[in-house]
Amino acid sequence: MTVLDSVKDSLEMGPSGDRIESHLHPEGSFDVEDHAVPTGREEIWRFTPLRRLKGLHSDAPLDGDAFKVELDLPEGVTGASVPVSDSQRGASGLVPTDRVSARVWEAATSVLELTVPDDYVGDRAATVRVVGTGVDVASAGHLLVRAGKHSRSTVVVDYSGSATWAENLEIVVEDGAELTFVAVHGWADDAVHVVNQHASVGRDATLKHVAVTFGGDVVRSDTSVEYAGPGGSAELLGLYFADEGQHIEHRLFVDHTAPKTKSHVVYKGALQGEGAHTVWIGNVLIRKVAEGIETYEENRNLVLTDGCQADSVPNLEIETGEIEGAGHASATGRFDDEQLFYLRSRGVSETEARRLVVHGFFNDLIRKIDVPELEAKLTETVEAELSKNMSVLTGATENGVPTA
Amino acid sequence: MSKLEIKDLRVSVDTEDGAKEILKGVTLTIGDGETHAIMGPNGSGKSTLAYSIAGHPKYTITGGTVTLDGDDLLSMTVDERARAGLFLAMQYPVEVPGVSVANFLRTAKTAIDGEAPKLRTWVKEVNGAMEKMNLDPTFSQRSVNEGFSGGEKKRHEMAQLALLDPKVAVLDETDSGLDIDALKIVSEGINTFRERENKGVLLITHYTRILRYVKPDRVHVFVDGRVAESGGPELAEELEANGYDRFVRASV
Ligand SMILES: Nc1ncnc2c1ncn2[C@@H]1O[C@H](COP(=O)(O)OP(=O)(O)O)[C@@H](O)[C@H]1O
Ligand SMILES: [Mg+2]
Repeated sequence: MTVLDSVKDSLEMGPSGDRIESHLHPEGSFDVEDHAVPTGREEIWRFTPLRRLKGLHSDAPLDGDAFKVELDLPEGVTGASVPVSDSQRGASGLVPTDRVSARVWEAATSVLELTVPDDYVGDRAATVRVVGTGVDVASAGHLLVRAGKHSRSTVVVDYSGSATWAENLEIVVEDGAELTFVAVHGWADDAVHVVNQHASVGRDATLKHVAVTFGGDVVRSDTSVEYAGPGGSAELLGLYFADEGQHIEHRLFVDHTAPKTKSHVVYKGALQGEGAHTVWIGNVLIRKVAEGIETYEENRNLVLTDGCQADSVPNLEIETGEIEGAGHASATGRFDDEQLFYLRSRGVSETEARRLVVHGFFNDLIRKIDVPELEAKLTETVEAELSKNMSVLTGATENGVPTA
Repeated sequence: MSKLEIKDLRVSVDTEDGAKEILKGVTLTIGDGETHAIMGPNGSGKSTLAYSIAGHPKYTITGGTVTLDGDDLLSMTVDERARAGLFLAMQYPVEVPGVSVANFLRTAKTAIDGEAPKLRTWVKEVNGAMEKMNLDPTFSQRSVNEGFSGGEKKRHEMAQLALLDPKVAVLDETDSGLDIDALKIVSEGINTFRERENKGVLLITHYTRILRYVKPDRVHVFVDGRVAESGGPELAEELEANGYDRFVRASV
């Protein structure tokens, strides 16, 4: 069993060892040569349709410029493109753990640095819009978000348009800061996006990290979190909606590297249409030093039609017995016939009943995300996704009686 | 008008060993403005009758007819039946996470009336209906039936009855599991509904207790998937005194 094995590993480490043998924590490297071209058999690649990555994982040049970046920043927050040599990249502790990330590290010539000053408090979100203008050439980007000490802010990265986009994204939440970070993947149908995000959560700092993913042909988003000091808290929330043929993969790794830290992960997704595929990997590692931590992770999928696949793999490794609480839940279900019957028995049409159930499924999550600028958009997104395929959803018959 | 006619209704469910017949020819007419009680032991098919009238997909109709004011209910979808004026208060109301009672009620009312209710009067109506059922106004903001106690679920069903104002209400053991205070509140709700013009009620119950508060015009004893005997309110008194034994034995 995982827990026993890892306890054994940690015993073998000896008193000074902080090297972790856990398979959850692959040794990273900045050198592309250290990362073989994946074949699809590797644990970290086995769910991803490599053939659709347009060579991001192998050798496609990453020098394209088929994208625009627009900044919409509240006063006080700064954003600047900085040559790699002058940049702060690596500040989060990011070390590429896969070939795409290493290739982006090698290819990037500049870093977009978004900086929230110390003690800044702002209600209006800072927004970075990445607008793709074509999928034919692959492009690479590196974004570094830094939330200064004791600041409170919201940063939204909004992806749209068509692009073949490989990215490293670093988030540094300094001591005592509170950052809400939202990535909205609203790509066009043909976009391919592979992003490696790494966040460092400072002493008594709070990160709310939100992934909203509903666009793109393939989106693979890897998010890892480590703690730079005790008392930090990370809430990772995700809402995704996969349509016909879409592959949406969220890989999360919370590395409890400090005592008294917290992590809370809730990802919810809906799938509809032939070939819709979602993957959720929820890895949590509680290191020996991480005493008194609390962690909970949850993934729920609602399968709306036949022909979809939702993979959900929670994984918890505990190397200390001194924890406050650890738990996980994973569930994939179809529409509940009893719920639909109940709503319909009150006169509500089948289409409307399904719509209500799906909104209901996402509602508590949308409430948790709690970014006022986003709330209406999220509800609309769910609505738009649903209306795309309502014809599919209403093709069903019931009790031998064709539905209207 | 509100005439519910059930003729020779036969219903089966799919089981591992094939179809199993549960309703074996039910014939029953609830005339305009009448209240009928159906009483029967557990497992006699009462819920099957209620669900079949409402169109639950689990049940297969193998014969017979059900009409509401002459319209064929069995050819309608579940929601069409509700819009035609049928209401089913369920024995076990279903939880719908994330959908608020307020949203649910407004959506249902809009569907049934074919237009959205006037916001101002509607909020008052909802609050009034909640209050009559002794449900706190904060219930409107809670998810449908989620975390409600058994009694709260039943009172919520009765609030819906008042607001959606159907022609015929089928109440499946709405009285079960209620304490005496809740039973009185629910009975009051049923009686208020009955006082409206031309409302039919099919009151399904296991116990005679509720019939002290809701006086039926007719009582039917239901055993093994069919009506074993029909009579006036005095039949309920006999059941109260002697139980179902006489009918169950007769049916074997
Ligand atoms: N899905 C099912 N499979 C097999 N038997 C069923 C199923 N649903 C109901 N029944 C049977 O049908 C009979 C009637 O059930 P029900 O209508 O719930 O009775 P009541 O409401 O009078 O207690 C019972 O014997 C019950 O076991
Ligand atoms: Mg029953």
